[in-house]
Amino acid sequence: MGSEFVQLSLTPMLIGILAAIACALPGNFLVLRRQALIGDAISHVVLPGIVAAFLITGSVSTWPMLLGAAGAAVVAVVLIEAIKRLGRIEPGAAMGVVFTSLFAAGVLLLEQSDTSSVHLDVEHALYGNLESLIWFAAEDWSSLVDSAALRELPPELFRMAGAAFVIALLTLIFWRPLKLSTFDEAFARAVGIPTVAVSLGLVIVSAVAAVAAFDAVGSIIVIAMFICPPAAARLMTNRLERQVFWSIVFATLSAVLGYVLAGYGPLWLGGEHAVSAAGMIATVSGLILALAALLGPHRSRIGAPTGR
Amino acid sequence: MLEAFLDALLLQAGYNAALVALGAGLLGVAAGSSGAFLFLRKRALVSDAIAHATLPGVGLAYIVMVMLGGEGRSLPGLLLGSALSAGAGLLAVQWLVARTRLAEDAAIGAVLSVFFGFGIVLLTVIQNMSRGYQAGLEGFLLGSTAGMLFQDALLIAAGGALAVAFTFLFRRPMTITAFDPEFAATAGIDIRRMDLAMMGLVMGVTVIGLKLVGLILIVAMLIIPPVTARLWSERTEHVVLTAGLFGGLSGYLGAALSASAPNLPTGPIIVLIAFSLFVLSLLAAPRRGLLAGARLRQRYRKSLHRHQGLLAIARNDAVRNPATLKLLRREGLIGRDGTATEKGRDLAATAARNEKRWALARQLYTDDVQAGGYDGSRPIEELLTRDAIAQIDERLGEASRDS
Repeated sequence: MGSEFVQLSLTPMLIGILAAIACALPGNFLVLRRQALIGDAISHVVLPGIVAAFLITGSVSTWPMLLGAAGAAVVAVVLIEAIKRLGRIEPGAAMGVVFTSLFAAGVLLLEQSDTSSVHLDVEHALYGNLESLIWFAAEDWSSLVDSAALRELPPELFRMAGAAFVIALLTLIFWRPLKLSTFDEAFARAVGIPTVAVSLGLVIVSAVAAVAAFDAVGSIIVIAMFICPPAAARLMTNRLERQVFWSIVFATLSAVLGYVLAGYGPLWLGGEHAVSAAGMIATVSGLILALAALLGPHRSRIGAPTGR
Repeated sequence: MLEAFLDALLLQAGYNAALVALGAGLLGVAAGSSGAFLFLRKRALVSDAIAHATLPGVGLAYIVMVMLGGEGRSLPGLLLGSALSAGAGLLAVQWLVARTRLAEDAAIGAVLSVFFGFGIVLLTVIQNMSRGYQAGLEGFLLGSTAGMLFQDALLIAAGGALAVAFTFLFRRPMTITAFDPEFAATAGIDIRRMDLAMMGLVMGVTVIGLKLVGLILIVAMLIIPPVTARLWSERTEHVVLTAGLFGGLSGYLGAALSASAPNLPTGPIIVLIAFSLFVLSLLAAPRRGLLAGARLRQRYRKSLHRHQGLLAIARNDAVRNPATLKLLRREGLIGRDGTATEKGRDLAATAARNEKRWALARQLYTDDVQAGGYDGSRPIEELLTRDAIAQIDERLGEASRDS
């Protein structure tokens, strides 16, 4: 299976893994801070962002799309804050108002504009096109050292690798302030950590992860990877360091298993065609979370009644 | 365009369009009021998990119906399947919150993404099963009313009416539970069962709305009208009622507007109308609206300027602040030359006496005065009884005699 694997499966799998890790890293802190649904909100507002970018530039090239998505994410965060403060409305509901309205605006814009000539639709934003990110120039494993073939790698791979690297680096650099302000905001403020800036930075990094990942893998994976691996990891340990480690393991496992099951699972069952890899990766991450919720060593609340 | 809109609005645009508009209106009323219960229980986003969890049910129902030799596209069958999987999603959220230490938001996010992802997997399975033949299940993502069958429109209208009736029937216990669960428990209401009924209602609304607005946007119909209604009222039953009104209005107007022109998808139009109503309310609502807030601040600033100006007059100081000067002049409290008029001196004396009374009251009635919120310009009569003021005046008199 060597050459076929390298050509068809290696790059999508790598991109899936990188996207999963890039989302899971900030997801750890979002889950602990009870802001898990920020990822959900951001990945919904990506749609109006890319549609607006398309209407302005008239093409579906990468950078305008990414900028549009990032701009929409910023607009959404500002709107949520504004509605929360001005209307004195609880955060969850404010979020619900903003992301559904922006998503509706995106769908309407899409219907109103002529996008028949380009590949731009709601389904694409939702599922991505992981399966199509193949490495066409690859022959077999030896292509990994062949510079001509390496130059033909899908650009999404480099983009996703860059995003994952930056996010991992930021997490390492800001580890202490992130950890302190997540667990004890008052203490963090007392020792001089700018907690507001830290939480804003976290939201921005999450938006970067979501925007970089949605293009390759779609919104479903983004939402699932923000929440499921960190939540499962949270049930495995009480230490943040280990939780982050577990979340990376779970994210990688979901991406690999999900991709393999989507690609080969139907063949094993006698089917002919692969199923959606994005959907399967999300499903596998959910199964991992279910297992952790059933068996994880730290699954219950400390001091909570056990029911016995 | 306008004519077509008016036709649709007055139910003159064909039988199907009329049914859809009525159904959307009824659905809006049911979604708004049942969403209000959720919103007041601070669980608005649970509806997001419920809505996304309908997708695998739709897919499974289609597969089962095809396997049984049926057509697969029968709407009642698909809706039944979606209700079952929405129920499973809801149970999963509650199980995660009750049995693990994950917070509700993480549970909601996990359930919605995993169920939705699995639903997408099933959709691709169906695509492979019936190649060359569009199953049309994508319509459940964003809703589609174009080419809707008559019996489907009837189903939506009937379901909407049923949901409204259910809300009306259970409005009292649900209102009490939403407002104050502990009080409801002592009043003999079974909270668990009420919560279950509430969730069942939300689930019903979601399932009925699937075909019309789609599973991604039905959440908006459950959240935006209650949030809008909350801006207008502080009373629970009014919020529920107004939310139903706003929801019904956006559903009906949205369906009519979308029927009147091409390329206006029903779901997004309904949501955007609901959002416009929200923005208008945010600006114009009495008390909680932005305009009302600005007016209140303006009035407060004026009263502070007047008060400080009057105190300055009473001390025989010159008023220097230009804003204060302008205000006092306009109200005829000082003349053109900057000296106080008769009316100004009168009011200044009152203000000075008020100030002295407050100073003493603050020493005497520490708790009451602090709780009453001393802001420097309130007449003391609003806070203390006449006897208490008389007592203060007596003491003030003694103090001035002593000095």
